[in-house]
Amino acid sequence: MSTPASDVRTNYLNANYSVRSWLLTTDHKRIAILYLVSISAFFAIGGALAGMLRLALLTPHGDLVQAETYNKLFTMHGITMIFFFLIPSIPAVLGNFLVPIMVGARDLAFPRINLLSWYVYTLGGAFTLVAAVTGGVDTGWTFYTPYSSTYANTNVILTALGVFITGFSSILTGLNFVVTIHKMRAPGLTWNRLPLFIWAHYATSLIMLLGTPVIAITILLVALERGLGIGIFDPNLGGDPVLFQHLFWFYSHPAVYIMILPSMGVMSELVACFSRKRIFGYNFVAFSSVAIAVLGFLVWGHHMFVSSQSMYAGMIFSLLSFLVAIPSAIKVFNWTATMYKGSIALQTPMLYAFGFIGLFTIGGLTGIFLATLAVDVHVHDTYFVVAHFHYIMVGGAIMGYLGGLHFWWPKITGKLYSEVWGRIAAVTLFLGFNLTFFPQFVLGFLGMPRRYHVYPPEFQFLNVMSSAGATVLGLGYLLPILYLTWSLFFGKAAGPNPWGATGLEWQTPSPPPTFNFDKTPVVAEEAYAYDSPLEGHRV
Amino acid sequence: MWPTTIGRGLRWLPQQASTVAGQVDALFLFLVTVTVLFSGLIFVLVFLFALKFRRRAEDERPKAIHGSLVLELFWTIVPLGIVIPIFVWGAYLYFAMTQPPAAAMEIYVVGKQWMWKLQHPGGQREINELHVPVNRAVKLTMTSEDVIHSFFVPDFRVKRDVVPGKYTSVWFEATKTGEYYLFCSQYCGTSHAVMGGRIVVMEPTDYERWLTGSVADESLPVAGEKLFARLGCSTCHRTDGSGRGPSLVGRFGKSEKLASGETVLVDEGYVRESILNPQAKLVAGYPPIMPTFKGLITEDGLLQLIAYIKSLKMADGTQAKP
Repeated sequence: MSTPASDVRTNYLNANYSVRSWLLTTDHKRIAILYLVSISAFFAIGGALAGMLRLALLTPHGDLVQAETYNKLFTMHGITMIFFFLIPSIPAVLGNFLVPIMVGARDLAFPRINLLSWYVYTLGGAFTLVAAVTGGVDTGWTFYTPYSSTYANTNVILTALGVFITGFSSILTGLNFVVTIHKMRAPGLTWNRLPLFIWAHYATSLIMLLGTPVIAITILLVALERGLGIGIFDPNLGGDPVLFQHLFWFYSHPAVYIMILPSMGVMSELVACFSRKRIFGYNFVAFSSVAIAVLGFLVWGHHMFVSSQSMYAGMIFSLLSFLVAIPSAIKVFNWTATMYKGSIALQTPMLYAFGFIGLFTIGGLTGIFLATLAVDVHVHDTYFVVAHFHYIMVGGAIMGYLGGLHFWWPKITGKLYSEVWGRIAAVTLFLGFNLTFFPQFVLGFLGMPRRYHVYPPEFQFLNVMSSAGATVLGLGYLLPILYLTWSLFFGKAAGPNPWGATGLEWQTPSPPPTFNFDKTPVVAEEAYAYDSPLEGHRV
Repeated sequence: MWPTTIGRGLRWLPQQASTVAGQVDALFLFLVTVTVLFSGLIFVLVFLFALKFRRRAEDERPKAIHGSLVLELFWTIVPLGIVIPIFVWGAYLYFAMTQPPAAAMEIYVVGKQWMWKLQHPGGQREINELHVPVNRAVKLTMTSEDVIHSFFVPDFRVKRDVVPGKYTSVWFEATKTGEYYLFCSQYCGTSHAVMGGRIVVMEPTDYERWLTGSVADESLPVAGEKLFARLGCSTCHRTDGSGRGPSLVGRFGKSEKLASGETVLVDEGYVRESILNPQAKLVAGYPPIMPTFKGLITEDGLLQLIAYIKSLKMADGTQAKP
C-alpha cells in the first residue's frame, strides 16, 4: 500500500521552522520534542556522572577523586537521573506526544499549561545545574535530615529549590493528562477501549497530582530549617529527623511508580503489537495500574525498617509491600500469556520489551527480599538495594522508555532507523546492564554499604566487574544516539503504520499533522483488535 | 584504613558469626529459590513462545484470546499464597532480632561524624572497636551527637540506625571468635565510608583479661552518680523520696503515672527526655519546677546518668512496685 503523501503535506515538524515557533509552541507534539531534547541532555549528564563513579570504584582506595567529590558525584547522579530524567521521561516525552493522539484529540486539555510545565522544568533544571557547577551538593538525592538541614556545607538550598520547582512541572503534566483522558476521548472511545498506555498514564498522573505536593512541602521545610533555623527535623532545634524520612518516602516511594507505570504502559503496547494479539486479561492489566498507584501510597515505611520506626509499623508496611508486588506480577503473567499463540516478531522494540520483562522480573523479585523484615535489616543501605532499584529504574523504566522511543520513533519523526543497529543496541544494553548490576547484589549481601568512596579490598573483584559492565552499558546508550540521529537525515520514510499496529496514532500520517487528525476519529472497536477485519491498522 | 587483621580475600557469602545469621540466611536462600523459580518460569515461557509462535508470514492474524478469569485468579492467589508466609517468616524473625534477652550485657554507643565511641559498663572506652565475649548476648544502646548514622555488622546480620535525639538499640550474640567489620551504613557526610572499624569477639577469659588490662574510667554508674551530684539532681531527687522531685530508686523499667493521666514506661528514652525537656511528661503529683539541662550535658553524660539511675535498686535489691 502506498503511503499517504506525508512527506509533502504539512505536519507538526515542517509547519514552521522558526525558533520562536518552537519556544512558544502549544502543540503537545512539539513540547514532547522539547522535553526529549532536555531530558536527553540530563540523561547524558547523569550517565557521565555514573561513569565517573564506576571509574572511581575500580580501586578500593579512592584513587580517582576525594571523598567530598565522590559524595557530590553520587548525589548529582541521583538527583539528575531521578528528578530530571526518569520522572519526566515517558510521561513528558511519549505521554505528551501520544496521549492526545491515542484518545483522538487535537491536543491536551490545557496546551498553554503544557508549555508552562516545560518552562518550569527547565527553570528547575537550571537551578540544579547552577548548584552543581557552583560547588555541588553532597546530601545524597534523599536529602536526609539533619545532615541536609544542618550539617552539610554544600549547595543544599539551591539544589532543593531546583527539585521543588521541577515538581510543579510534574503536577501540571499530571493535571493535563487526567483532564484530557476524562474529557477529550473521541466518540466511541470508552474507558474499556482505551489503550493500556493511557491507563498507565492515568494512574501515573494520579500519583503526580497527589504525591508531588508532599515532596514540595518537605523540601521547603528542609530549606526553612536550613535557612531560617526553624526547628522541624533537627533534634537540637526540637525537631524529629525521622519525620523527614516519613514525608520524603511518602512521595519518593510512589515516585518509583511514576517511573515504572508508564513503562508498563509502553510494554502492553509493544507486546500486543509484536505478538499481533489482544492483551491477555485487559481489565486486569488496566486495573493493576490503578491498584499499584493506590497501594504505592501505603508502603513508604519499608524504607525505614531500621530507622527506629516502631516495630509494629514496620510489620504493617512489610505486609502492604508484599501486596503491592501482586499487581506487578499480574502484569508480567498477562504479557507472557499474550504471547501465547501469537505471531511474534523480534523487531527492536520487542527486544526491549523482552529486556524489560527479564530485568523487571528480577528487580521486582529482589524487592520481595527488601520487603521481608529480617532480610532487609541485613541488606538495607547496601549495594543490594542499589542493584535492586537499578533493575527497576534502569532495567525496567529505561528499557521501557527506549522500547517506546523505538516503537514510536517512526511516528514522531516519520523516519525508519536501522533495524540491525537497533537490535545490536538492545542486546548490548541488556548484557551490559546485567554485568553492571548483578555483581552489586552479591556485594550487598556481602555487606558493602552504599555511598562508600573507599571499600575493603576483598570487594574489589566484584566492583571491577560492575565497572566493566558499565563500559558496555555506556556503549549501548551511545548506539541509539548515533543511529537515531542518522535516521533523521538518511532514514527511509516510515509511512503511517510501519509495524502494522492498532491504535489511533497509527491511523494518522507520520509525522502527524499539527492537529493530529483531519477529522475527529470515531472508535468502533476495542484496543488491540489485531484479529479484526477492519482496514484501519493494516500496513 | 581497614583493619588489616580481617583481610579475608574474595568470598561470595558473608560469614555467619551470630545467632541470627544462620536464620536470616535460611530465609534469604528461600527467597533466592523463589526468585530463581519464578524468573526461570517467566524466562522459559517467553523464550518458548518467542520460538514456537514466531511470525512465519507477514499476513498472519492470530485469533484473539481475551483472557481467562480462572488463570487470573490462579496467578493472583498463588503469589499471595507464597508472599504471605514469607511476610510471617520475616516478621517473626525481625521480632526476635529486636528483642534483646534480659540478661544481655549492655554497651553504650555514641556515633559522631565520623567515629564510633563505645563504652563498657565498667567504664572501659573504645573508639571504632568493640571487644565482646563470644556466646553472650550484647545489647547496644545507641545515640548520635550529630547526624543519623547506622551501626552495621554484616557478619552478624544486624543493623540499626543511630539517631540524634533518641536512643535506639541493637543486640547480637556472637558465635565465633574473630574480628568482623563494623560499618556505618547510613550516609553521614564526607568521611562516611571510613566511619567503621571492627568487632573483636573473644573467649570469655580473654575478654576478662582484656577488660582488666585496658585503662578503665570509673564505671558508668559511678561516673553517673558523681554527675548526678554535680548537676544538683540529688537535691530534689532524694533517694528517700523526701525531695521536691520523685525518688528515682527502683524506677527504671517500671511504668510511671503522669500528671496528664497517661502512663509511661521509664526507659532510656524517657529518662533522656525528662532531663532535656522535663515538662514534657511530668510524673503525677510533682510540680513542674525542674529546669532543662539541655546544653549542659553531653551525650556521654546522659548515658552515665541513665546507667546510674538503672543501678538504683531498692534496699532489698528489687525494683520498686509500680
